[in-house]
Amino acid sequence: MIDWRPGASQALLLRRAELLARVRAFFAHRAVLEVETPLLCSRGITDPAIEPLCVSGGLSLGGSSRYLQTSPEYAMKRLLAAGSGPIYQICKAFRDGEAGRRHNPEFTLLEWYRPGMDQHALMAEVAALVCACLGEGPWQAFTYRAVFQQCLQLDPFTADLAALQSAARQLTDTGSLAGDRDFWLDLLLTHAVEPWLAGQGLCFIYDYPASQAALARLVERDGHTVGERFELYIDGIEVANGYHELADAAEQRARFEADNRRRQSMGQVERPLDEALLAALEAGLPACSGVALGLDRLLLLASGEADIRRVLAFSWERC
Amino acid sequence: MANFSTNEFRPGLKVMLDGDPCSILENEFVKPGKGQAFNRVRMRNLKTGRVWERTFKSGESLEGADVMDRTMEYLYNDSEFWYFMEPDTFEQHQADAKALGDAYLWLKEQDTCEVTLFNGTPLSVAPANFVELEIVETDPGLKGDTAQGGSKPAKLSTGAVVKVPLFVTTGEVIRVDTRTGEYQNRVSK
Repeated sequence: MIDWRPGASQALLLRRAELLARVRAFFAHRAVLEVETPLLCSRGITDPAIEPLCVSGGLSLGGSSRYLQTSPEYAMKRLLAAGSGPIYQICKAFRDGEAGRRHNPEFTLLEWYRPGMDQHALMAEVAALVCACLGEGPWQAFTYRAVFQQCLQLDPFTADLAALQSAARQLTDTGSLAGDRDFWLDLLLTHAVEPWLAGQGLCFIYDYPASQAALARLVERDGHTVGERFELYIDGIEVANGYHELADAAEQRARFEADNRRRQSMGQVERPLDEALLAALEAGLPACSGVALGLDRLLLLASGEADIRRVLAFSWERC
Repeated sequence: MANFSTNEFRPGLKVMLDGDPCSILENEFVKPGKGQAFNRVRMRNLKTGRVWERTFKSGESLEGADVMDRTMEYLYNDSEFWYFMEPDTFEQHQADAKALGDAYLWLKEQDTCEVTLFNGTPLSVAPANFVELEIVETDPGLKGDTAQGGSKPAKLSTGAVVKVPLFVTTGEVIRVDTRTGEYQNRVSK
């Protein structure tokens, strides 16, 4: 017997509709424009830790393939460079191989950009949006460095590879794992910091190591270069990722190329660069901050469910 | 055997790890906002029984283990091996003391039990959840003492010692929960 029924209850479908309405009201009130950009893109993402799904059949493709977007970031930045002003989008995004209690390969993202805001101003707005959806509550913010010192008594900017590995081995059997400093920092984050954050309510982590800046600007802080990037955790669940956006086209190109070198060294296919984005940055991206927030996870938190499949009408397994 | 990637790790899947067959108990996919994804996997080493958590890079794969659970009839033991038979094929298997573990305490000839085969050889033996065994030795009970609590040790035909109520006597057959080693009730012969 085929299980045709939805995985989410009727009450959760209503809760989702209500959440979407609240988000739209929040941005309407703040005069942020809702936009739409294509789901199928001819350029993929270079980030070695993100794999897109690829669509390769159909007359419209003209023999090439397109990627299902992993985020609407590049297209939205082209709108910003063209003078859109503050914009938001609610859309589907896709990431290959990401499935679990808190991941579905197809998911709903809320992404928005705020010209003139720095990462701290945007964090405050993210907190305001979350409170508008989940109810009022306090929030806190820690630097990446402070949270590692708090949870692991080590400094993520100065600890050497051996110290990071030895901290990891106290948390789990690391078997044959091997990687660079960022690899071990990611393991410590998922195995020690995130469980600690589970008891911290609404909490931002900001000022990431420069090597994890992704598309954020770099600044000097206490003698270390950090990326002006932040993540929002609610009860230990990662909900949003934001940047004080990198606007320098040459620096962006260099980061894409560095991503591709990393991909090559790890045996992954290289991705063609999004030249339209780079041209838009060249023309001038207004100073801005932007953030992507997982709406399915927000719904998960709003409903108290433990598994993302319970808040999706039809999760990956059901469609 | 086929290889299984971390996204195929399901509870009950048997894989080879560091030369030992292991059973997957739980598999959690974790990923920081950006960066490396991991699978935190709770597993049981089927040789040693050890249960622990190992972390894999998402997308890593392991070779499947040729492990099968079979219902078999226990036949007898000699000084070295315990012998089991598959009821449909009459094929016999011998298990050593290591594979038996504590299971020998609950095995009566002709009882059925679960034998786990690894590459065709018994790796472990699980007795039925409930078995009926005869008491061969226990202190004399007090007649009529069926209501009060209180218990005494009783030695069973297999050598197992269980706590039984005071009224139970030598020669009687009792039902025991093999998972806890607890007395359930007397069985009329």
